Amino acid sequence: MRSQEIKVLRVSELARPAIRIIAPIILALVVGGLILVILGKDPLAYYWYVVKRGLLSWTGFQATLVRAAPLLFVAAGLIVAFRAGIWNLGVDGQFLLAAVLVAAVGSPLNMVIPNWAMIVICFVLAAATGAIWSLIPAYLKANHGINEIITTLMMTFIGISLANVLIKIPFNDPETTVPQTVTLAVEDRLPRMFDTIIHHGVLLGLIAVLFVHFLMTRTSFGLRLQVVGANPRAAIHAGLNVRLLTYVAFGLSAALAGMGGAVEILGVWGTVRADWNPAYGLLVVPLVFLARFHGIGTIAFVLFFAVLMIGGESASRRLGVPTFYVLVLVGLLLMFLAIVEYLDHRWRRATS
Amino acid sequence: MFELLTETFVTALLFGAVTAGVPLLLAGIGEQISEKAGVLNIGLEGMMLVGAYTGFCAAYYFDSFWLGFLFGGLGGVSVAMLMVLFCVILGLNQIVIGIALTLGADGLTALLHHFQFSRTYPRLSAVEPLIIPIIGDIPYVGEVLFHRHPVVYLSIALVVVLVWLFKRTYIGLNLQAAGDVPAALDVTGVSVRSTRTWAVIATGFLAGVGGAFLANIGAGIFVPHMIHGAGFIGIVLAMLARGHPTWVLYGAGLFGISLSLTTALQVAGFNIPTDVVQMLPFTMVIFMLILLGRNSYLPAALTLPYIRGER
Amino acid sequence: MHRTSAIELRGISKFFPGVIANKDITLNIYAGEIHALLGENGAGKSTLISILAGLHQPDAGTIVIEGMERQLGSPRDSLLSGIGTVFQHVLLAPTLSVIENLMLGGSWRNKLDKEASLSRFNELCSLLAVTIDPEALVGSLSLGQRQQVEIMRALWRGGERVLILDEPTSMLTPQGVVELGHVMKRLRENGVAIVFVTHKLREAYELCDRISVLRNGAFVGQINPDARSNMGEKETIDEIIRMMFDKGGQIDHDADHGGIDATVKSVLGGAQSGPNSLIAKEVSTSALPGECGLSDVSFKVANGEIFGIAGIDGNGQKHLAEVLVGQRDLTFGQIELDGEDITALKASQRRERGFRYLTDDRVGEGIISDHSIATNLVVKSIGEDPYWRYGFTMWRAIFAFARRQIERYDIRTPSERTPIGRLSGGNIQKALFAREIDEEAAIVVLNKPTYGLDLQNIESARDRIREGASRGITTVLISTELEELIDLADRIGVMYQGRMVGVVQAEAGSESRIGSLMTGASLN
Repeated sequence: MRSQEIKVLRVSELARPAIRIIAPIILALVVGGLILVILGKDPLAYYWYVVKRGLLSWTGFQATLVRAAPLLFVAAGLIVAFRAGIWNLGVDGQFLLAAVLVAAVGSPLNMVIPNWAMIVICFVLAAATGAIWSLIPAYLKANHGINEIITTLMMTFIGISLANVLIKIPFNDPETTVPQTVTLAVEDRLPRMFDTIIHHGVLLGLIAVLFVHFLMTRTSFGLRLQVVGANPRAAIHAGLNVRLLTYVAFGLSAALAGMGGAVEILGVWGTVRADWNPAYGLLVVPLVFLARFHGIGTIAFVLFFAVLMIGGESASRRLGVPTFYVLVLVGLLLMFLAIVEYLDHRWRRATS
Repeated sequence: MFELLTETFVTALLFGAVTAGVPLLLAGIGEQISEKAGVLNIGLEGMMLVGAYTGFCAAYYFDSFWLGFLFGGLGGVSVAMLMVLFCVILGLNQIVIGIALTLGADGLTALLHHFQFSRTYPRLSAVEPLIIPIIGDIPYVGEVLFHRHPVVYLSIALVVVLVWLFKRTYIGLNLQAAGDVPAALDVTGVSVRSTRTWAVIATGFLAGVGGAFLANIGAGIFVPHMIHGAGFIGIVLAMLARGHPTWVLYGAGLFGISLSLTTALQVAGFNIPTDVVQMLPFTMVIFMLILLGRNSYLPAALTLPYIRGER
Repeated sequence: MHRTSAIELRGISKFFPGVIANKDITLNIYAGEIHALLGENGAGKSTLISILAGLHQPDAGTIVIEGMERQLGSPRDSLLSGIGTVFQHVLLAPTLSVIENLMLGGSWRNKLDKEASLSRFNELCSLLAVTIDPEALVGSLSLGQRQQVEIMRALWRGGERVLILDEPTSMLTPQGVVELGHVMKRLRENGVAIVFVTHKLREAYELCDRISVLRNGAFVGQINPDARSNMGEKETIDEIIRMMFDKGGQIDHDADHGGIDATVKSVLGGAQSGPNSLIAKEVSTSALPGECGLSDVSFKVANGEIFGIAGIDGNGQKHLAEVLVGQRDLTFGQIELDGEDITALKASQRRERGFRYLTDDRVGEGIISDHSIATNLVVKSIGEDPYWRYGFTMWRAIFAFARRQIERYDIRTPSERTPIGRLSGGNIQKALFAREIDEEAAIVVLNKPTYGLDLQNIESARDRIREGASRGITTVLISTELEELIDLADRIGVMYQGRMVGVVQAEAGSESRIGSLMTGASLN
């Protein structure tokens, strides 16, 4: 009897982390599927189509990876922020403004300096733009303790409007009818890999997430940020410069979000149209939470989500299930994640 | 500059301001009630969206604005119930759940709209205003404030009622205690859980009515994502208002004016870009925060779940 | 003597995951009697009290109140049954005024009736003989005043039948304890049953009629009023100790005997004649409402000396500790170390010089609950050799170090990677001791290091302090336990309202001198 008990315990010890991750996904898919049924659509057909289109088809898979590039950068930025205890909900504004500046600067710069230099400078510019856009919320939090949720949200609203103003006035391409920046020619964008449409930005995105994970878990800098995030009072007690670290955490997180904007412009669009706002920020939040801020997990979830987005876009045309459904799934995912965490916590307390 | 202040311009501006401001006011007041009790309700936008949808459907199918508002409120309450279950009862992270509810509600309402109305895009007929005599004839403000649907009057009256409630009744006291040191309230025999539950439900109802107002009166139609950040503005208003309902009123008015400024300017013949004008209220708030730079007053137990007797 | 029983507890048991908090407890609480519930930390007193207050429900057993079996399913039930509880940690809302806090508990239907409340407030003020401004925000009151408001609150709604006081004297001066005793006697004359929960033997003896002893969750014995009047003090206390520890009467528990271990003292001897290593000159700090800042504090600590800081909680001790180690800036004055002015040095720089700080706020400030014990052990030296090279964290070395520390200091934990928040209070404190009193510690500031620990851990903590001092560590020991200070320290500085009002030699008999200084009475 005893050894059997121990064996069961061993297995459940391994299974627990897996269940904690898989369960919310399954539950979200099931409940979402029920909603589809109520609306008269076949969920299994939908899911199968999404997987087929987003993952199993070669063109679809490429599109998925390309879509993942900016998401990975934003995710990297969120990992830094969340591990440092900062709710950087301003990633959308940071992303957008950086994209606009890169779009504006890219073409003219490309005419005077070598292409690779232009790309490097654009990334740096994007990082700087994002970081600068986070300065005000960082200041208000570090120096006055003002909750960053509202300040970063407001900066996003301002940023979206500012981006539009920039596109329509100073950076406007006079030769196009629709307000947008001068388009960067396809050959001048981020080089593609082999014979695919997968551009190097995807690689960069993967590197960004892995780098951030390593930074946060294996360096003194990362540990300092985590301490500030976990218990700011203990951080003061431990002699850390909480104010400086807050600024740095904001800046780094926003810089990564900005680079996400750069990768999207330099890799795919080459230009920014007025009123363009993919709003990847909030969508990536649950993915980062699901992965519990872990690098590899984040990459997995971002790819999973990219499949969902690409497949879902295609499905909306073919199966008549609009992409709004993906939003519903994301909401459900987060909810079930929180519930599973809670149950796990209770189960742990009961058996300790 | 004074040519700007023609009666047409001012009236158009203020009229639009009230139309834009009422949903903000309701959302902000609702959020304030929750926050006072210690619940940070990031799902406010989601509640407004569902309220807008159910409110529109009710007004459309029952051909009644009042029913529209009622069902709008109930729609908001349904989302609020989820918030109560996850955050007040189970004690899950309020911010994560709030984001989840907003995203989910956004997707769900858009999805339902797609299957129901995307072919027809029905509109509601214009609302019959309730004109208050005498004061309704005051130039400039008369038409603006007193030729409106009764919900507008009720919303402003709500502010007054709330001020009284917060100061003079146990409602205000209990809310404040629940948000400050919930255990202090619990040991006196008043359940923190039910205090917070009612607070969140009230928020849901008000947000839902606000959303319904936006759809039925502001636009006359439901469109996906139509709340467009009004819920988040409501959260901002509540956080800045330091617990005073009147401040939410002023803030909603200010935001309302700036939101309505573009159309009004266009009516008056000026062509300032919409985007610049839309930036104004937020930029103003940020400036104020930087200048005044004090800690925004937030209840001590905000976002902290309360579990009785927790060791 | 026939007494009416106000509450009968029959077979009360309560289990928490992994812990038997209360085991089959049966006892009676009589009206018109002051009943001590005595036991060391962890004996189950708090759990029993929370059951009576309606915060927890027993897993077994019944509660009978005035002949009828009652279920106390919520704080409301408890209040309705006439039980008022004053908890150890003040449960008042700082942003509400005194009168508003007292009015809490009304149904939301009612309008606030301030007049009636104010008159009841004045009634209670005279009953308890205290003066407090009813409109003052609780956040601006001192800790002692807050406790008085707490007692009022318990009497306001519930306490007509039973008043439970959970460790009420931790915030009080010796005189305050006497006054509390008077209040309890007054209430006793009115027929109220008072339950006085404490871990201090002396207090239980002096203030209470009946003493019940809990040990490891079970009821192990009682000294009733008759027995108490027949035995002398020493006998009674020996009997209590026997019940608490099931050993012979010769326990030298300095904690409650006030005795001094002469052998230990001699080891330290001569510390005072050494050079002054730590000097504070006219130190002042600014304080937020509700805090107590320092005013013109000056004192000297000799090399290797244990300098005690006595005072009621909230008289500037916290600021003093923080200023010494650099966690708080001073608005005026200087701190000197071995003759050098170190006022401008930040906390991390002082740490390099050997400063160490064991905070009283263990969970809020001292540890990061979600991180492992290993991380917590090195958290004050992030980036330093040998656990960081070029900014990279050497986790393996850190874990190995942690394992060594766990073994050396007998920290009970499943592993070095366990989140430290899961450990018991005593083990957390052991970890903090391990972190602060390390090889390179030279000046250690300890803020209430034995507070809330069970007796075994208190002993080992005191041993560690003595051992550190014998190694030459200059120690500043802040404590609210006079016996502890007299036992461990060489000299004791007394804090009152942010000033150091006197420095006294730590020897037997100086309690009364210190006590009066604690109230600001004598200033010579």
